[in-house]
Amino acid sequence: MLSLKQRRSLNTLLLGVLAWGVALAIFFPIFWMLLTSFKTEIDAFATPPQLFFSPTLENYTLVNERSDYLHFAWNSVVVSFGSTIIGMMLAVPAAYSMAFFETKRTKGTLLWMLSTKMLPPVGVLVPIYLIFKDTGLLDTKTGLVIIYTLINLPIMIWMAYTYFKEIPKEVLEAARMDGSSLFQEIWRVLLPMSKGGLAATVLLSLILSWNEAFWSLNLTASEAAPLTALIASYSSPEGLFWAKLSAVSTLACAPILIFGWISQKQLVRGLSFGAVK
Amino acid sequence: MANLTIKNLKKSFEATEILKGIDLEIKDNEFVVFVGPSGCGKSTLLRSIAGLEEVTSGHILLDHKEITDLAPAKRNLAMVFQSYALYPHMSVRKNMSFALELAREKKDVINQKVAEAARILELEPLLDRKPKELSGGQRQRVAIGRAIVRQPKVFLFDEPLSNLDAALRVQMRLELARLHHDLNATMIYVTHDQVEAMTLADKVVVLRHGQIEQVGTPLELYRNPANRFVAGFLGMPKMSFLPGTVTALDASSVTVELTFGGSVTLPAEGEHLRRGSEVTVGVRPENIDLVDASEASLTGFMDIAENLGSDTYCYVKTDGQETLTVRMPGNFTCNYGDRIGLQLHADECHLFDEHGNAIQKPTQMAA
Repeated sequence: MLSLKQRRSLNTLLLGVLAWGVALAIFFPIFWMLLTSFKTEIDAFATPPQLFFSPTLENYTLVNERSDYLHFAWNSVVVSFGSTIIGMMLAVPAAYSMAFFETKRTKGTLLWMLSTKMLPPVGVLVPIYLIFKDTGLLDTKTGLVIIYTLINLPIMIWMAYTYFKEIPKEVLEAARMDGSSLFQEIWRVLLPMSKGGLAATVLLSLILSWNEAFWSLNLTASEAAPLTALIASYSSPEGLFWAKLSAVSTLACAPILIFGWISQKQLVRGLSFGAVK
Repeated sequence: MANLTIKNLKKSFEATEILKGIDLEIKDNEFVVFVGPSGCGKSTLLRSIAGLEEVTSGHILLDHKEITDLAPAKRNLAMVFQSYALYPHMSVRKNMSFALELAREKKDVINQKVAEAARILELEPLLDRKPKELSGGQRQRVAIGRAIVRQPKVFLFDEPLSNLDAALRVQMRLELARLHHDLNATMIYVTHDQVEAMTLADKVVVLRHGQIEQVGTPLELYRNPANRFVAGFLGMPKMSFLPGTVTALDASSVTVELTFGGSVTLPAEGEHLRRGSEVTVGVRPENIDLVDASEASLTGFMDIAENLGSDTYCYVKTDGQETLTVRMPGNFTCNYGDRIGLQLHADECHLFDEHGNAIQKPTQMAA
């Protein structure tokens, strides 16, 4: 029989193995993508798949020659940051009024907003496409910013609302008694108190906008196309070139991956804020 | 100068009327305590004065200027909250200087005012700490400091001591009394604790169901409560009540036959009473003597005796199952179940008619 102490350390070991297994399974596609991007097209197709090969940068050179990576990357940066900034400017006041001036309809409004996320986007593709066509927003960054702001707004309001709910109302009332204007109350008291949660909201919005593909593929052509559209352009029209597709995907994912890596501590803390305190 | 006038103030929340027409005059430098059971509207009244609640109708005037619809920031009042409501992301110093910064005071003026408040409240060593590094009592001091630095026209306190433990509460109560004396400020204080009301107030406002029951100095209210509610609310332990019937009355006295034994003749202007009227006699613990059962017409059984060292509070059950509280000296001893007689000090008893309203004592008696 194992002693209690031994059993406990065995448990820790098993949990560790399991956690590593799950983490590796999640990471594997990204790892494989990175690996494939350094293979030749022939190596990329080889069966059985090769783990060891002589790496080459030719895919990256080719991708750079054929398409203007920086143009697409710049579009991604503009639309994801643009929609996140505008989204936060709308979400913070909305969540503020819902969290601190709750009426009996607040809960319903929140649910209704979230329910718009349950609609399959393709269901409104045609009307939105037509509206964009009529207003000249097709293939413009402005158009993408508008659509990303709108699709992420419910989640941003919902998250901001949850974080604001954790803040005692009296602290804001104290600020009001101390002579704060509405703006000062939000800027100098509410935002600093909820900065962890709001940072998580910003990050989530950035990641969601960066990775969004459905709307960018359907509403842009070349002028405003972000990186997700660039990836797609390597998959369909020219047959399957795994290595080049992997290279362009790596290039598209890299910025947000690095960004996420740097800010992961903030993100995890923000996302688990309400749960553990 | 800070005179606060409240005129026919009403506040409803959906269908519920929380304040039903409050009229109140608060003079400069007064320490006014709003007291009442929970849900009586005392906090709502304070928050209405602060501007944190919108009122339904009525007027609030500060120095004869209408402030009813003014934003809280514009009223020049400071509030100390029950939960302290400190800014957790700011140091103690910042917490206290925040309002002054918003008011765009000069840096050296701010520093001087914060230093002064820190000195009064003995917060100097803590100025650079964050609120989470402070104990409950220290947080309370910071909350008070935050109010002091602004030199507001009126200080508002919303149950400021209820989150402190008993010993600290007594200490802070004394400090608040001293602070009121030193600052010469007008203070409005909400509590459900009648001891705080009695000890701190210049003027006590007793509220119930959104209405003012009585306003007066603590002793006025203690000695001449306007009705049974006020009589029962103030005083620790509570006043005891005995039902009875009027058997005789003249211009300055009423004789009441108590339902469960004995009769008492007490000074009262019972003009609107008749022989046979149902009344209630109220008597405070210090106005009853315990005597031998054979010497008294009102008798009962000893229930529990609480010995506090200085006093012993005896709870005596009469034959009508009412409990009377009697204050005896600390060295008094008795046994559970002893049969004892009760002697009421008739002059000190209170008489209430069937609606619970007090029947006034003749003027020369009402001290």
